Amino acid sequence: MMPADYIDQHTSAQVAQGQLTKEDVKRMKELYGIGDSSFGGIMKSYGQWLSKAVRGDFGVSFVYGRPVQEVIQKYMWISFAISLVALILNILISIPLGIVAATKQYGAVDYTVTVLAMTGISLPSFFFGALLLRLFSIQLGWFPLQGLSDATKILTGPEQVLDIIHHMVLPMVTLVVLSIGSLMRYTRTNMLEVLNSDYIRTARAKGLSEKVVIYKHAFRNTLIPIVTMLGGSIPGLFGGAMITETVFAIPGIGSTSYKAILQGDIPFVMGYMMFLAVLTVLGTILADVSYAIVDPRVKLQ
Amino acid sequence: MAKAKKDNGHYISRQEEKAIAKYNRKMTKELEAKKHRKNVSEDTYLTTMKDPKNIVEFDDLHTYFFTDAGTVKSVDGVTFSVPANSTVGVVGESGCGKSVTSLSLMQLVQAPQGQIVKGSIRYNDGEKCYDIAKMPSEAMRQIRGKDIAMIFQEPMTSLNPVFTIGYQLDEVTLLHNPGATKEEAKKKSIEMLTQVGIARPEGVYDNYPHELSGGMRQRVMIAMALVCNPKLIIADEPTTALDVTIQAQILDLLRSVREKIKGSIMLITHDLGVVAEMADFVVVMYAGRIIEMGTAKEIFLTPKHPYTVGLMKSKPVVSKKVDRLYSIPGQVPNPINMPQTCYFKDRCDRCHTACEGPYPSVRKFSDTHQVSCYLYDDTNTKDNDSMEVAK
Repeated sequence: MMPADYIDQHTSAQVAQGQLTKEDVKRMKELYGIGDSSFGGIMKSYGQWLSKAVRGDFGVSFVYGRPVQEVIQKYMWISFAISLVALILNILISIPLGIVAATKQYGAVDYTVTVLAMTGISLPSFFFGALLLRLFSIQLGWFPLQGLSDATKILTGPEQVLDIIHHMVLPMVTLVVLSIGSLMRYTRTNMLEVLNSDYIRTARAKGLSEKVVIYKHAFRNTLIPIVTMLGGSIPGLFGGAMITETVFAIPGIGSTSYKAILQGDIPFVMGYMMFLAVLTVLGTILADVSYAIVDPRVKLQ
Repeated sequence: MAKAKKDNGHYISRQEEKAIAKYNRKMTKELEAKKHRKNVSEDTYLTTMKDPKNIVEFDDLHTYFFTDAGTVKSVDGVTFSVPANSTVGVVGESGCGKSVTSLSLMQLVQAPQGQIVKGSIRYNDGEKCYDIAKMPSEAMRQIRGKDIAMIFQEPMTSLNPVFTIGYQLDEVTLLHNPGATKEEAKKKSIEMLTQVGIARPEGVYDNYPHELSGGMRQRVMIAMALVCNPKLIIADEPTTALDVTIQAQILDLLRSVREKIKGSIMLITHDLGVVAEMADFVVVMYAGRIIEMGTAKEIFLTPKHPYTVGLMKSKPVVSKKVDRLYSIPGQVPNPINMPQTCYFKDRCDRCHTACEGPYPSVRKFSDTHQVSCYLYDDTNTKDNDSMEVAK
């Protein structure tokens, strides 16, 4: 990412044409609080930002002209909705796949699932997204190219919902395919570990059927680390998927912050970073709390 | 290449590795398919006992592990029987096939690598006699936990951490008595917990395993094994992970339990003290084979095989002062590509020229006492018959 200056970007044309003088630009920079780019100046600005931030004031976004919190709140729900649906699809697909792969370890199913999952993990999202767009939007024309809704029509009710779903198919496929691998491998590893444990042998020695052994005794134990991981990832859903959202031009918090970075919108970027930090902390707390819920050995005091 | 292999037993060339993997796949696939057969008529695995007084008869049992380094013959032609109303102790060093023998009886050998390859395990349920080695898993589940129950070595990890003790006990009742209600199961579970000497059974019923001590958990495991009044309890080193005072309690408990259920116990251990105290019959195993077996009296008073003698000598005796406790030199040999000679030959202090020959055949000293060792071939029986433990 190149260093960007909001004022320089917006004034360079006018300065070149002589409509604005260097002094004007300097005055504007001072007004925006980015006039002094020396180390001391940056630290001073940071101090100002911090003292306001701890009081809950994250300043006004240069690009949107509104308080940063408002901008984040406006866009984060779109990202959250998309990521949540993707996460649910991911869970529904990868956990069963992981279990099947574990129970048929080193079998044909295991290898197939693993190869596909690894392919998914290895694909960069911008590449896979672009590939999907090229094939399904441009060549086949099955899905719209970008955005969340069809701009040429005004739709209401169920039609609008269908339209959104239609737009969401490709981004969703990208997000899910890319994330299946890790969760599936995680499930498989945990399941294998549990299946080799002594209490599974005990369960078999009782005469329980293989189904009960796997889906009750083993699965409950496999769930402990999975629920913890998923619980911890829920706040992160608000953070948006920067690259996928940008590729598909979805107006979520991810693509918004991407644009903000390009344009040098410092208050927004700072606020967004702060937002991500808070989400990370929340995720850790939530992971710990969910541990206590699923594992009887851990108790909240 | 063949020479390199001889020089270093652990070296496997790429081709050999491939051949092993191919062979393993073929064998495990075949044997797994056999185990998972569906709708098998009972006739295919019905058989008759040699002696109807026995509960279980192992007959030439071979259980192999198909590993990447080659086939491990964990149990290699084991033949012995567990009579009704008795305790049979199986002793031997670690890795000599004791546990695998018992797991074979339960069809719980780690699949797909571990498989029963040959031989039979006859089980007598009073009316019918089944060959467990031929039984499909589906049918085996009816016997597991109901007629044959197992107590494992590690009480700390043998209970499922996410279910309560009560749930895990009830499960057995509900599974094997289809008509039972939850209340009946709970009643039965609490009764069992009381029977194994747990002081506050109602409290323990609602506890999770991590809230109990090791001794308590082993009691729970025993309670779990007792729920269906099994005919045979397999105790796989039940006291190894427990401290000595608890060990004595658990052994007392097992003894009283056996009297109560009028069944048998197959006790697997490497603690000769435990065997002496508990067992009626003793089977001594070494590297997957039985080298000596007999009644407890015969084994402890007149051990024949140098290995048994060595085991006896390496047991501390309270009344005797020794500077250094005896230990059998060397280790159990690498189980892959075992030579066709006596497996104990290299560690034996009484090895002689005849030992270079093929694996020694069984020599009988009485109806019950038998040993596989060249020392007792007819030619030199006379001088050795009187061999006793050096005390």
